[in-house]
Amino acid sequence: MRRLILALILFLPASIALANEGGIELQKAHTDINDKASLQAGAKLFVNYCMGCHSIKYSRYQRMAKDLGLSDAEVMKNLMFSGDKIGDTMTIAMNPDDAKRWFGVTPPDLSTIARARGTDWLYTYLLSFYLDPKRPMGVNNLVFKDVGMPHVLWDRQGWQKAVHETVTDAHGNKHEVIKLELVDKADEAKAKSYRLDVLNLVNFLDYAGEPAKLQRYSLGWKVILFLAIFFIFAYLLKKEYWRDVH
Amino acid sequence: MSKVLTASLEWIDARFPLSKMWNEHLAQYYAPKNFNFWYYFGSLALMMLILQIVTGIFLATNYKPDADLAFASVEYIMRDVDYGWLIRYMHSVGASFFFIVVYLHMFRALMYGSYKKPRELIWILGMFIYLCLMAEAFLGYLLPWGQMSYWGAQVILSIFGAIPVIGNDLAIWIRGDFVIADATLNRFFVFHVVLVPIILLALAVVHIIALHEVGSNNPDGVEIKKNKDPKTHIPVDGIPFHPYYTVKDIMGVAFFLIIFSLVIFYAPDFFGFFLEKNNFFPADPMKTPEHIEPLWYFTPFYAILRAVPDKFLGVVAMGGSIAVLFLLPWLDRSPVKSIRYKGWIFKLALLLFLVSFFGLAYLGMHPPTEIRTFFARLFSAMYFGFFILMPWYSKIDPTKPVPERVTH
Repeated sequence: MRRLILALILFLPASIALANEGGIELQKAHTDINDKASLQAGAKLFVNYCMGCHSIKYSRYQRMAKDLGLSDAEVMKNLMFSGDKIGDTMTIAMNPDDAKRWFGVTPPDLSTIARARGTDWLYTYLLSFYLDPKRPMGVNNLVFKDVGMPHVLWDRQGWQKAVHETVTDAHGNKHEVIKLELVDKADEAKAKSYRLDVLNLVNFLDYAGEPAKLQRYSLGWKVILFLAIFFIFAYLLKKEYWRDVH
Repeated sequence: MSKVLTASLEWIDARFPLSKMWNEHLAQYYAPKNFNFWYYFGSLALMMLILQIVTGIFLATNYKPDADLAFASVEYIMRDVDYGWLIRYMHSVGASFFFIVVYLHMFRALMYGSYKKPRELIWILGMFIYLCLMAEAFLGYLLPWGQMSYWGAQVILSIFGAIPVIGNDLAIWIRGDFVIADATLNRFFVFHVVLVPIILLALAVVHIIALHEVGSNNPDGVEIKKNKDPKTHIPVDGIPFHPYYTVKDIMGVAFFLIIFSLVIFYAPDFFGFFLEKNNFFPADPMKTPEHIEPLWYFTPFYAILRAVPDKFLGVVAMGGSIAVLFLLPWLDRSPVKSIRYKGWIFKLALLLFLVSFFGLAYLGMHPPTEIRTFFARLFSAMYFGFFILMPWYSKIDPTKPVPERVTH
């Protein structure tokens, strides 16, 4: 017991420290991989906006169809454009060397990006592009400074600009903080629906990072239920055998 | 039918000591009847060893030890192999659970003096098992070929480079290249699946044979063999391992598997403690991660390494922190075995040791700062103090009289 308490005390700061690594505070992405409509919307955004440059080469179209509750025909008609076969992995045609010349860096494969970065990071990242004339693509990002990627989804959000503000914290120290604001206030409704787009997209990436998560959740409680019943019988068996030990 | 079975058994017994071994190790191996919670972890460690071997064999059928293919083959196992994800998580979560079980098993020995005469050799064999386990975990962690696999191995192997004169050549000889590369991955795979498991299995068998030769210790630290029934020559406080402890351990296994399953199915990366986030980026020799830290079970020793300002002396301190455990049977001069009859000095020392161990584990997970380095040095001193001062404080510790028979 003493060990357990100690472990809890010592591990607590570790988990807090992990949460805010990287400078700016991450916004919570409340993803739900059981929400099939959200996954489908995310998949559609992904193949239309992201898959020009980013592959998810460990995922397969057919597996995705099954997991997202779509038929093979629906996926072939709406989500496949390159003449791939339904059993193929979700690769792209862009040459990595060309990509490096165009963007300065080869756009990474995104199969495991949600596991590597975390969903909150991805969510905040996709919401944090702002105009920056100093950058080759005209945009910068609060979470990923000087990122090579352009703001591909800008027409769904509207442009944002960075506003520098000086705030005084509780200790009386002045800090400069950067806040993002829409350039055109008329885009507010669009920017609001963009948050939902990003949520769906991140949800899809979370699913693509580990398709087995769906199986994991549905199998887990059955295994544990079996073990719990097995434990009861094991306990009764032990009790019966140990009756004569005094 | 039973006649045929009896005859078959007789046929075998005439050629192989099957019944004899069954009796010596199970049916007529008399274990103290007062085993408590802490005594589950021996059999659980054995189960974890077997589980790691079995799941490891399944993984090896689809894994490719090639720098270009390794990361992809792990993802192939996670996605395209039927229940591959389950086998992989059993193996990766299993590694951490193996260490949890082994640490609790070692802590049990520390509490009840299971390393003391006549069980010194059991402790030493156990320490060799622990060393092999650390080697096995380190080798296996390279195989997924993620960023942490790559850079973690780079850091640990650079430790060999700190050895004077031969260090650099030694590190190159182990890696098979000037940096961690395909050659390293290939040989680590061979060591991980063939060399170390063979040694581990052999050591586990020898560990158990040695235990059954002298008999198990117990929470009272009473030698049950000193009090035998005059007619049967069976220890009066002993009960046959089978069926008493087999049924009890089955219950323990069931409970353990429930906890194990909770993690496998609902938190297999355990918030980055069992599978680090960075390891989902494929290994990239051109990009050094900001923080490189080993998995949790190595962090106490890693913190000791970093606490010493000189790199070579740091390596010596880290080696010493493990080597000193081997000497434990001869450092403890207490007349009693169990913490139940030891005095306040030992209890306080053990508590401080625990604090230092957990403290070092925490510090090893985080990048050093001035205050953290100070605490790493303090905890390192406490860690070594527990062992180095033991011959003195265990002698003056006010112990209580040990009863003749085991208590409940």
